[in-house]
Amino acid sequence: MFKTISEKILSEHAQRDLKAGDIAVVNVDVIFAQDGTGPLTVTQMKKMGFEKVANSKKSIFFIDHAAPSPRKELSDAHKLLREFTQSSGAILSDINQGICHQIIAEKYACPGNIVIGADSHTCTAGALGAFATGMGSTDIAVGFALAKTWMLVPHTIKVNFNGVLNKGVFAKDLIIYLIGIIGADGATYRALEFSGEVSANLEMDDRFTISNMAVEAGAKVGLFCADEKTRKYLESQGRSECFKDIFPDNSAYYEQVIEVNCSEIEPMVCLPHTVDNTISVSKIDKIKVDQVLIGTCTNGRISDLRIAANILQGNEISKSVRLLIVPASRDVYLKAIEEGLIEIFVKAGATIINPGCGPCVGVHQGVLSDGEICLSTQNRNFKGRMGNPNAFIYLSSPATAAASAIKGYITDPREVLY
Amino acid sequence: MKFNNSNSNSKENFNKDNVIFNFNKNTGTENNGTEYTVTEDISTVETFSLNKNGDASILKGRVFKFGDDISTDLIAPGRYFHLRSNLPELAKHVLEDADPDFANKVKTGDFIAAGRNFGLGSSREHAPTIIKIAGIRAVLAQSFARIFFRNAINIGLVALICDTSKIDNLDILEIDLKQGHINNLTKNIQIQFNPLPDVMIKILNDGGLVNHITKYKGFNL
Ligand code: SF4
Repeated sequence: MFKTISEKILSEHAQRDLKAGDIAVVNVDVIFAQDGTGPLTVTQMKKMGFEKVANSKKSIFFIDHAAPSPRKELSDAHKLLREFTQSSGAILSDINQGICHQIIAEKYACPGNIVIGADSHTCTAGALGAFATGMGSTDIAVGFALAKTWMLVPHTIKVNFNGVLNKGVFAKDLIIYLIGIIGADGATYRALEFSGEVSANLEMDDRFTISNMAVEAGAKVGLFCADEKTRKYLESQGRSECFKDIFPDNSAYYEQVIEVNCSEIEPMVCLPHTVDNTISVSKIDKIKVDQVLIGTCTNGRISDLRIAANILQGNEISKSVRLLIVPASRDVYLKAIEEGLIEIFVKAGATIINPGCGPCVGVHQGVLSDGEICLSTQNRNFKGRMGNPNAFIYLSSPATAAASAIKGYITDPREVLY
Repeated sequence: MKFNNSNSNSKENFNKDNVIFNFNKNTGTENNGTEYTVTEDISTVETFSLNKNGDASILKGRVFKFGDDISTDLIAPGRYFHLRSNLPELAKHVLEDADPDFANKVKTGDFIAAGRNFGLGSSREHAPTIIKIAGIRAVLAQSFARIFFRNAINIGLVALICDTSKIDNLDILEIDLKQGHINNLTKNIQIQFNPLPDVMIKILNDGGLVNHITKYKGFNL
């Protein structure tokens, strides 16, 4: 039987041959929850009578969504998680570490793994060739307790990114463009497999951006092959031992194949309030922005910060804009300091926020006022997302975001990139 | 089919069922320990019996109609993040950003009917849970986002995929879970719904995933 990446990984973890449409109980390698979903996960574990996690090396609770805690109720939730990790044997990733998905990529997920997390963007680790998918607290509670879950083997849509990337066009633009074509439910219950010459040439940071947003098309996973780039990335993280090749079989069956000619793609934005409401930046009128956010699990990695710094260096942001920059993890933050990026940002007028989710989910650190407009590098622009249903969120790449912070309105990065 | 405890998810009963977890690591110093209110939602999970020999069970109620792409941010807004450990309180804001008055209007036994991609967005299980706490017995939609759908079944909220185009706000519906159809009594038409996968029927029958795992000490799917 010829298999897709999903069929291969799930078969191996069920110890029998599976094809799309089958349902099986599978072993899972990495399990995690965060401070928004973790407390309910703990409750559910206790209800089932489980005190310990089954795999203490790869069961992690992250405190990243409201870190540091902005209010007492959340401090209580954090305290619960800190205490539960001690008693259950799970690992604690506290407020100084950063966003769960970034740390899962840096430290835990390996090619060929099954990764489940109580957060919808768990699919980020698909960039490493891991079958990584988000679930709710109860599923994750069972995952912690048994290191198992049940899976429906998804049908796969193959996406061939071919052609060349134009100046000013980045991984974020590719995935926004794709979601614009297939819609916010275009891949519901499906796996996306990213292929083609552009995918093969993308660095890991860019692959993470694309896999991260697979769920915005409804996908269960967003998978890349694990290849030489993957091996190099793992090596740079001191984890070369966990590398293995992951490729689909040549004759694997795909439900659909989508060809994307990247040469036609321009810098993109998502307009409020859905991610599939997409348009090229060059086609919109001047839209004034009040706040710009560069960061999150989508675009808070070192290569994103380098691109932003390249644009911001020697410039000052518009007086009418607040620019928030949030490194995705402690490691990203340290690299940004070493490379002098933080100094560039501060001199340009940016506000640096500690590694974590920052203002992305509307809890703290940059909640918008009524009628305000934010251009963000995050993955979602739903009404109310940044804490106020009367605000407007646009999504873009870090380059577009940095250019817009300088100009004060949503700006095509080609205007400032030389 | 059987529907036990048909009133068990009323708001009043729900509040009585809250439990206080003391997670003070057996130190016995309860006064110094942190009290953390955790909502006991399992008590509201109805027991389903979707096998063919069960008694017929029909849900009847009025419907609230919503459009496409009702996100988990609309259902359980992020600005109430701090209420996630107090689900009855969070439920007072259910769907607030889609219909500010919804929590006041909704009564136990009502339904939601929506368009495409209901529940897209975050994995927060709090979203289906507060819909259930608010009294909604079933959510009907053209399609559901994957994680929401799985969460709904895990916590015992009926989620059915069907054509909702012929359902309007405040129509009265009768859902026949055994026969697999919905009677729109207001419009006098019948609508079929897609059967759930066997695995999900099993989990619903056992009263949600927590009960399933507790009963079998693991998966038995
Ligand atoms: S950065 Fe935003 S999207 Fe990513 S995990 Fe945090 S809250 Fe979710």
